[in-house]
Amino acid sequence: MISRIAAITATEMRIAIRNRWIVTASALMTGFGLILAFAGSAPSGMLGVDRLTVTVTSLSTLSVYLVPLIALLLSFDAFAGETDRGTLPLLVTYPVERWEILIGKFGAQLVVLALALIIGFGVTAAAVWATDGVSAESLAHLVRLVWTAILLGAGFLAVGNFVSVSVRQPGTAASLAVAVWVIAVVMFDVVLLGAVVADDGGMFTKDIFPWLLVGSPTDAFRLFNVAAIESSVMADGFASTTETFAIPMLAPLVSLVLWPSTILALTALALRRLEP
Amino acid sequence: MNDSALLIDGVSKRYDKLAALDNVSLSVAPGERLALLGHNGAGKTTLIKLVLGLTRPDEGTIKILGKTPTSEEIRQVSAYLPESVAFHKSLTGREQLAMFARLKSQPARSARELLVRVGLEAAMDRRIGTYSKGMRQRLGLAQVLIGSPRIVVLDEPTSGLDPLSREFFYTMISELADSGAAVLLSSHALTELEARTDRIVILRQGKIVANGPLRELRAGAGLPIRLNVEANLETADEIARRYGGARANGRSVEIMCEAGDKVRRLSEVAAFVPAVEDIDVVLPSLEDVYRYYSRQVSDQGDRQ
Repeated sequence: MISRIAAITATEMRIAIRNRWIVTASALMTGFGLILAFAGSAPSGMLGVDRLTVTVTSLSTLSVYLVPLIALLLSFDAFAGETDRGTLPLLVTYPVERWEILIGKFGAQLVVLALALIIGFGVTAAAVWATDGVSAESLAHLVRLVWTAILLGAGFLAVGNFVSVSVRQPGTAASLAVAVWVIAVVMFDVVLLGAVVADDGGMFTKDIFPWLLVGSPTDAFRLFNVAAIESSVMADGFASTTETFAIPMLAPLVSLVLWPSTILALTALALRRLEP
Repeated sequence: MNDSALLIDGVSKRYDKLAALDNVSLSVAPGERLALLGHNGAGKTTLIKLVLGLTRPDEGTIKILGKTPTSEEIRQVSAYLPESVAFHKSLTGREQLAMFARLKSQPARSARELLVRVGLEAAMDRRIGTYSKGMRQRLGLAQVLIGSPRIVVLDEPTSGLDPLSREFFYTMISELADSGAAVLLSSHALTELEARTDRIVILRQGKIVANGPLRELRAGAGLPIRLNVEANLETADEIARRYGGARANGRSVEIMCEAGDKVRRLSEVAAFVPAVEDIDVVLPSLEDVYRYYSRQVSDQGDRQ
């Protein structure tokens, strides 16, 4: 089982290297990281918040848009491409379970995404460290940002694979992936914001809205990171986001883990039913 | 029938209301090369998908070496070449084949030897994107050879190939059969199947309308044999008159005769030696046989 998954993962990694996916994604994350760290607003110097902590906050906002996009781009072709080339029927006649193919491909995508995040945010942190120095606390914020961004990406990788299994043409898969991004990442927040404004502090804002936030992987990701940073500087007079909404700190994390595992399981089921 | 490599028993498959296969039974022995013929939509693709376990029959059973096609044990010993398969263009031939080898629990090193066997030695470290159609088919064939397949399914393996590559393909197919594999191949290229398959199955509208060695199908169809007799100007007319032939040109005559009459008719015509210079015996081609069996069913269909 492991060797078959490894065979698929190794092949997918090779393709990712050949297609310059690793280089492109890493360069993208590094570029944006450095821009946010140095070209953005300099830390105001107040309340002992250092440059890296401010940068991590900016990066978490950036990641909300960029990580899902990269994840969907890495995954939309995974199965639709095989169908298009005529290799999917061949692959499933090999002595390899369909879920093993899925895990093999997903694993490679996750490695590419994690590399891009670790390299991109790592270079940014190194640059900040070289110029301003970093505290142990802000490094912890960065590490949290990286692993939660990997979880966020995993969720959208799973969605991308699901889309790819559901359609037969790579073109269709690509447009569906873009639609997913627009709806899940952009529209969802806009609609929520509109609802909160219309509700004007009513029941929706107090009881439903927080859970809708937690239920969305992008908002859960942002909530988790910002809340953690805020709670660490709360001694200096900030109010915690989670405190305002009265939801447990663990809830966004559970959401971030549930998304990839649930969608991946659904994708495995869809793949099992597929007649290629 | 227990020693069949492939046993298809009373299999039906319908898509919506359309019967793709209707009560099809068929068996293939180890080492046998069986060609599957039929128009588009006759049910060839459905039959291949069923044999590979890519879809399930509505009725009937399919057994490979006594087991279901989807079992891991069977997938370990079955091989498949899809029609016009295109592997990932960013990989090299060797990398692609190494992955397939590993999936069949063979060492990745074995890829090299297989690529040498199919004549891709020089190109094996080049990207598949640079391969010609013929080279891609050879790569597809190389993955068929992984391990020691007991059952081999080839979907239109030689379509779009030049004559030399086709010849090479049939040589490899025969080698597979000689090593004991049951080979099931579908093809449109009728003429090239004549000498290279042991048995021919013709599908028409989801039913088997012919099943046997070409020789038997010919006899069953009762198609006439054509004798091309080359005579001289004087005797040509007489031969044509006496045996009901037709003058093809000034000196040669075409005589149609029943298969059973062939030898008698030949000896009669040979009596005209030396006026007769040459006799060609033209058997009905596979194309003629195929046309006969395909039409037979559609005629019945018209009558219903």
